[in-house]
Amino acid sequence: MNLFTIREKARAAWAAFALPGQPRVLVGAATCGRAAGALEVKEALKKALGEHGLAESVPVFEVGCNGLCYAEPLVEVTGRDGRRVLYRNVDARIATRLVETHLVKGEPFMKRALCVVEGNPMEGLPKWAELPMIRPQERIVTRNLGFIDPDELLHYVNRGGYTGLERSLALGPEGTIEEVTRSGLRGRGGAGFPTGLKWGFARKTEAAPKYVICNADEGDPGAFMDRSVLEGDPHAMLEGLLIAGYAIGASVGYIYIRSEYPLAVTRLAQAIEDLRAYGLVGEDILGSGFSFEIKIKKGAGAFVCGEETALMASIEGHRGMPRAKPPFPAVSGLFAKPTNINNVETLAAVSAILEKGADWYAGFGTEKSRGTKTFSLAGQIQRTGLIEVPMGIPLRTIIDDIGGGVEKGKACKAVQTGGPSGGCIPGKLLDLPVDYEHLAEAGSIMGSGGMVVMDEDTCMVKVARYFLSFTESESCGKCTPCRMGTQHLLRLLDTILAGEAPPGTLEQLRGICETMKCSSLCGLGQTAPNPVLTTLRYFEDEYSHYLAGEVRRYRIEAEACEGCRACAIACPTGAITGDRKQPHIIDQDACILCGVCLQSCRFNAVSFVFEEKAAR
Amino acid sequence: MIDAPTAHSVERVHDVCRRFGPDRENLIPALQEVQETEGFLSPDAVDVIADYFGLSANNVYGVATFYAQFRYHPPGRHCLKICQGTACHVQGSGVLLDAAERTLGIRSGETTEDGEFGLEELACLGSCALAPAVVLDGVVHARQTPKKLNALLEKARS
Ligand SMILES: Cc1cc2nc3c(=O)[nH]c(=O)nc-3n(C[C@H](O)[C@H](O)[C@H](O)COP(=O)(O)O)c2cc1C
Ligand code: SF4
Ligand code: SF4
Ligand code: FES
Ligand code: FES
Repeated sequence: MNLFTIREKARAAWAAFALPGQPRVLVGAATCGRAAGALEVKEALKKALGEHGLAESVPVFEVGCNGLCYAEPLVEVTGRDGRRVLYRNVDARIATRLVETHLVKGEPFMKRALCVVEGNPMEGLPKWAELPMIRPQERIVTRNLGFIDPDELLHYVNRGGYTGLERSLALGPEGTIEEVTRSGLRGRGGAGFPTGLKWGFARKTEAAPKYVICNADEGDPGAFMDRSVLEGDPHAMLEGLLIAGYAIGASVGYIYIRSEYPLAVTRLAQAIEDLRAYGLVGEDILGSGFSFEIKIKKGAGAFVCGEETALMASIEGHRGMPRAKPPFPAVSGLFAKPTNINNVETLAAVSAILEKGADWYAGFGTEKSRGTKTFSLAGQIQRTGLIEVPMGIPLRTIIDDIGGGVEKGKACKAVQTGGPSGGCIPGKLLDLPVDYEHLAEAGSIMGSGGMVVMDEDTCMVKVARYFLSFTESESCGKCTPCRMGTQHLLRLLDTILAGEAPPGTLEQLRGICETMKCSSLCGLGQTAPNPVLTTLRYFEDEYSHYLAGEVRRYRIEAEACEGCRACAIACPTGAITGDRKQPHIIDQDACILCGVCLQSCRFNAVSFVFEEKAAR
Repeated sequence: MIDAPTAHSVERVHDVCRRFGPDRENLIPALQEVQETEGFLSPDAVDVIADYFGLSANNVYGVATFYAQFRYHPPGRHCLKICQGTACHVQGSGVLLDAAERTLGIRSGETTEDGEFGLEELACLGSCALAPAVVLDGVVHARQTPKKLNALLEKARS
């Protein structure tokens, strides 16, 4: 089939999906929407529609994550007037009301209405683009999320999809690489290596076959950008993979995806099947002479397999251990053949770049960090979600404007970027522009886009310990600095937190960090010290308390306590007592200093002070 | 409940293997499929797989034990996984794990004596925006509290 015919079909499919004046309902049903109850909401909607005789005339579609994850489950209703209204926090009961008010009576259900996505504005309702969470964003990689049915290749095509591939085939491999180079795109998997340059290396190596790999391992615990893209718009990445394959001269593409993402795997499998049906994978794609196959490989739960050489070992059926470079994958990668590996987001940007042009893309961002970056905004922030912003945006805009500030009115103590390989940026540096250079200067990294916000009560030493416990258990053990270093760091942090660290412990910590940074074999070990180093750099005073033999002691403020019992239920030792609606108290002798009460109180009634450990 | 290794299950493992070619590249996918159908990798299953791929059982264990996904004991009838990723961690997933351990009377990685519940930790399932998250029998539940979690377990038990 040629693209002309596919586009004809796409127009028809789009008309059925988004016919002007045709009422319909969209339900955000990506993994986290489902976790919040989206599928029950969908059932309730269908039932209510049936009861009002609207089952036939008002179709219900599942769409991906539009990024306003904090407000899930999200439902978008288009009434007869063509106005599309987005509703937040919908449950089965609200779903019924939406049908009754918006679809039967024709009036939006204002109590849960969030914004007008499209159509005539409404008194008291902002437009989608004016939402504080959306206004600072620039959606390129996430261009279709929440707006198309991810299982419909034709929807993607109708929104400009596969024009990029068409253009790439016309430009030829060299021209395509030139275009990507000119866009200034750098790898979004963490290291930020210029994508065009990397493709050039793989193109130049003469051998057959060659491979391209999409890295969808997304190992940073606290990051979900890649998942959202694959669940909500799989073709954005797949088109990029095809273009990469064509550019370097590969015949097979692998997608290495973590098995914790079953829905994304299903969506990808469906998308690849559709590509085959339309002749966009297989032999002689679009009559260009380019032939390409795509295979999915599921990860098996090892963080280090996100590292490119480990990932390839894993695809080959071995233990996923990294190896020394060179040779680089572009020379000898998967099955010892030239291989190019890119992250999901990198590839989803490629399809947009080829569609709209390098200059257009390079117009976003800063001189050295072009384009946009997605982040998964999570942690103790008002509005969690998936966001995409131009590079160079101040961190403050992300936290305060997009995210609406820290939860419970608390102050921002730190923002963690880059996951276990990254660092904690202190609240006082919120004016930092978010790009590769500035984040590195601050001691952190861009990473793949995890962004976890921590409030003023967070214990930064515990945060460092948390990441070390992760890297310690995920270290593959191949090289000594990482295997032993992570163990020693973890042990030292434990003695610090227990208030039992001998003098000189900080020097020892720093020394081990240095050794690991300069002598570990792969990025895991080289970057594992970052959480320790950044917390030492910005929060040494907290370490000092512990080193002086002090620990956090928790108290309940009687005036602020509502007697809700949340802390008492959560306390693992039953140290908290009190009657319902009466101030609670903590029995200091039974308290094991876990800090769970502080976390579970919604009324800011629990606080702490550093006290000599022995003093009780 | 998962059957003890029987001639029947050995045959099933064979069938699963035959769906893949005996290339090394297919070893991990085959292990995943076998765990999917059998619930865990029994010594018998590993022998069959090793044989099929022309490897020693030690080789197969060498690969399997590298990856957190594989189990070597029958799982509980219900499987509860609690996310311990960063976003869930700062939103109190430690409290959840602790509560689940107390309610079930087991530690993470164990199965209750009656074989009803298995408890595991997980490093992020991508629902970080609605942390803390748990997975009970393949279904993700968001914004959990010890109270909600206990209710979930109660419901699963009945
Ligand atoms: C320990 C470790 C884990 C990694 N995990 C990932 C990951 O989950 N996803 C990813 O895209 N890249 C990950 N990377 C980076 C990859 O090795 C590689 O640089 C990247 O996939 C290249 O793609 P890009 O150029 O498009 O960024 C990881 C690196 C290391 C050292
Ligand atoms: S740095 Fe760590 S993870 Fe990387 S090879 Fe060495 S031991 Fe393995
Ligand atoms: S959680 Fe807070 S408000 Fe509730 S009983 Fe405990 S201290 Fe009081
Ligand atoms: S809005 Fe559903 S995953 Fe984000
Ligand atoms: S950190 Fe728990 S779902 Fe991501």
